[in-house]
Amino acid sequence: MHDKTLTELKAGLQAGDFSSRELTEHFLARIKQHDGKLNSFISVTEAQALQQADAADQAIAAGDHRLLTGLPIAHKDIFCTEGVRTSCGSRMLDNFIAPYTATAVEKMAQQGAVMLGKTNMDEFAMGSSNETSFYGPVKNPWDTERVPGGSSGGAAASLAARLAPGATGTDTGGSIRQPAALNGVTGLKPTYGRVSRWGMIAFASSLDQAGPLGLSAADCALMLQAMAGHDAKDSTCLNEPVDDYLGALAQNVDGLKIGVPEEFFPDNLDGAIADNAREAMRELEKQGAKLVKLSLPSIKLSVPAYYVIAPAEASSNLSRFDGVRFGYRCEDPKDLEDLYKRSRSEGFGAEVKRRILVGTYALSAGYYDAYYKRAQKVRRLIRNDFARAFKEVDVIMGPTSPETAFKLGAKADDPVNMYMADVFTIAVNLAGLPALSMPSGFVNGLPAGTQVIGNYFQEGRILSVAHRYQMATDWHQQAPGDFA
Amino acid sequence: MSHSENWEVVIGLEVHVQLATESKIFSASSTRTGEEANRHASLIDLGMPGTLPVVNKEAIRNAIRFGLAIDADIARRSVFERKNYFYPDLPKGYQTTQLAEPVVGAGAVEIQMENGDKKVVRIHHAHLEEDAGKSLHEGFHGQTGIDLNRAGTPLIEIVSEPDMSGAEDAVAFARKLHSIVTSLGICDGDMSQGNMRFDVNISVRRPGEPLGTRTETKNLNSFRFMEKAIALEVARQIDVLEDGGEIVQETRLYNGDTHTARSMRTKEDANDYRYFPCPDLLPVMVSEEEIQTLRDQLPELPDARKARYIERYNLSAYDAELLSGSIATARYFEAAAEHGGDAKLAANWVMGELAAKLNAEDKDIAESPVSAEHLGELILRLKDGTISSKIAKQVFEACWNGDGSPDQIIEAQGLKQMSDSGELEKIVDQVIADSPAQVDDYRNADDAKRKKKIGFFVGQVMKATQGKANPQQVNQLLQQKL
Repeated sequence: MHDKTLTELKAGLQAGDFSSRELTEHFLARIKQHDGKLNSFISVTEAQALQQADAADQAIAAGDHRLLTGLPIAHKDIFCTEGVRTSCGSRMLDNFIAPYTATAVEKMAQQGAVMLGKTNMDEFAMGSSNETSFYGPVKNPWDTERVPGGSSGGAAASLAARLAPGATGTDTGGSIRQPAALNGVTGLKPTYGRVSRWGMIAFASSLDQAGPLGLSAADCALMLQAMAGHDAKDSTCLNEPVDDYLGALAQNVDGLKIGVPEEFFPDNLDGAIADNAREAMRELEKQGAKLVKLSLPSIKLSVPAYYVIAPAEASSNLSRFDGVRFGYRCEDPKDLEDLYKRSRSEGFGAEVKRRILVGTYALSAGYYDAYYKRAQKVRRLIRNDFARAFKEVDVIMGPTSPETAFKLGAKADDPVNMYMADVFTIAVNLAGLPALSMPSGFVNGLPAGTQVIGNYFQEGRILSVAHRYQMATDWHQQAPGDFA
Repeated sequence: MSHSENWEVVIGLEVHVQLATESKIFSASSTRTGEEANRHASLIDLGMPGTLPVVNKEAIRNAIRFGLAIDADIARRSVFERKNYFYPDLPKGYQTTQLAEPVVGAGAVEIQMENGDKKVVRIHHAHLEEDAGKSLHEGFHGQTGIDLNRAGTPLIEIVSEPDMSGAEDAVAFARKLHSIVTSLGICDGDMSQGNMRFDVNISVRRPGEPLGTRTETKNLNSFRFMEKAIALEVARQIDVLEDGGEIVQETRLYNGDTHTARSMRTKEDANDYRYFPCPDLLPVMVSEEEIQTLRDQLPELPDARKARYIERYNLSAYDAELLSGSIATARYFEAAAEHGGDAKLAANWVMGELAAKLNAEDKDIAESPVSAEHLGELILRLKDGTISSKIAKQVFEACWNGDGSPDQIIEAQGLKQMSDSGELEKIVDQVIADSPAQVDDYRNADDAKRKKKIGFFVGQVMKATQGKANPQQVNQLLQQKL
């Protein structure tokens, strides 16, 4: 069952080929059997999953078929899930049992989804390799000596290893797309404001966006259909009608104008990575799409702008973790200051501390204009670049990541090199656009991904592009040998 | 302060006004106070991971109402920012407030001085923000308790220009703001509950010199404390400067019980709050239409009410200011005047007897045991001659003590003024007959002395009638008979 896509499993459930309980037990068994090698789950919610599966089977028996009825889904441990530990990959929240459920998770549950457990992630979603997790790094199922990318590394690895048929992630600077690329799965970051952030533990509020990871674009469409929509609890969640993403898959790419920005193919880019992305675009060209060269000059500035804005917001967002009301509290604090200092020093890991420091500095009196304000200006320039480009083209494409999965520890001492892993994904977050990564083959035996960026609320369009590509290729069907 | 004449005092105020909305500014929790700790602390108020604020539109409307009342610029777009600092009763580690783009821009408030002068205090701006919770230091065995019921209660902070030159100005300004926000109904105005809190910025200088270094005395929650705290700080600053010292820019805390103040922190250890626009909230956009609707719905404001009192009741500007100042006093006064059919008498009673009694028992006018209707009834009885003003005070006292309505009291205690002139004449005759020596004395005196000497006879008559005789009538009768 685990070699099937979510879409196929949905059909199987409806046809009565198997029950949700059988399906759920199958994946729970696979997690037990294989996750020791990967560490992709922080919590497995077996009892709850079986309960939900039984409820789904009853619903199916009663003819109540919803979008996700009976389908097992793994949620990133950044989403609050009532009664279940929600750690955000941090010691700070190791003891945190969320008292409520995130809207994105709730909406999937309302559509009948079964929660398998909570996936591992970089601490507070800060990282591109899943090595900053308090629960240890996640291994890439294609080569367990390599990283799965991050921060939604657990989600992508669990999918690739077929431990879960569908997963949620969050993407602040590439945290869905980059691990999707490194694990050979499909991941979609929707338009900022398309999916509610209520209950999603904030890293950088103006950039964070939840989205699905799946084995195919069609699976992502199915999950997004359930996740998307207005939520009065999130003021930044937009009140736009939700498109029919599954319906949109029927669109072909005949006449589609694909923008190819020169900035996504810089001189220093690994030639094999560049070729891989070009090959993917050629496939679409074969189907009638037209490639249009263009330039997005300001995206050169996206990494520095991002590493001001994201840490600035994070430094404020993470202030609530003070040892007072929830989360980690140091032993025997001497006084208030000691309580703050030790709870935060002991509760947060090194990368989180680094970003809090950077962000605090960027917002400090005398530096605000030089850093934060300027970064916001860059952000506007980037948005304008994309706006100009989307007057000419329908989608923009390029490699998702400048490299395939690197070795565990390879960049541990070089944060700036690590930050460059997101060089092609970050601009999309700064602009608030939707983008996905789809598997586009292998470079040196490791999965490579190609990014498809759309205009605001054009999730249907980019999903259809990936779907057309996946109808003609089988990269997305490849599974790592040890986990097939 | 013998030296204070050589010094000019410069005062600016920052006033926190708690808005009387049903729910908090960013959550649906109730703003009710006085209940079990943390009863009204929702996930948002607790700053739970993953929670997000949603702005309470009524809080925004209330801020705009205030802006319209002081004729201020209303921002079509205002922005919430985060003010970052750590404190146990600040759950998110930042306060959501406004800085660069506040909802209410520059405006002005006119204040009335006791000597009849008027002054204008300019308002720099007013912004919306959330209140913090409370730290409880007692009953936790060396630990501190946190009550977040108040956390997230909407406030407007009104920032004045340094246009006040002494405690009298500052108190008049503070009272005026109190009057405006209570008239608007956007604040309960209960100072003892911290509904309004004042931070006073004070500096002194010699005339003609540039502004001196200022200090800020924080969290004054009564007009009386404010007046005293200003006097104390002005005297301190002048002492320091006259001794050749320098004023340190600092935040000071005034203790009303001991009438002392101490430094809380100096500029050096001030926080860097690292303000930046709150990414969880969109800019607040207000349309012309909404502003016009709010403007059309504004209730009568203190200045208009005061003008009406002067015009219609012929009151002095100062009396009109006092009576129109608090909405509760204004309501009481108008009801009493209406009921008693005499605004002048109602004004005198409200500002005199009633104010004294309320003051003595530390009561709010809304809690007065003598209702406006009772006072009106009392005024009616005074006017129709049923009782004298002396007896009226006695009736007022009884009414205050809960003995019933004025009419019931007059009836039950037999306080009706003697109107039967035949009966009074008999008593007058008796008094004259009983005091031959005084009668002779009176008759031998000249007119000027007689005016004094008649007092003895009036006193005797009043004594005999237990004060129920009409003093004018007594005078007339005595003059005839003597």
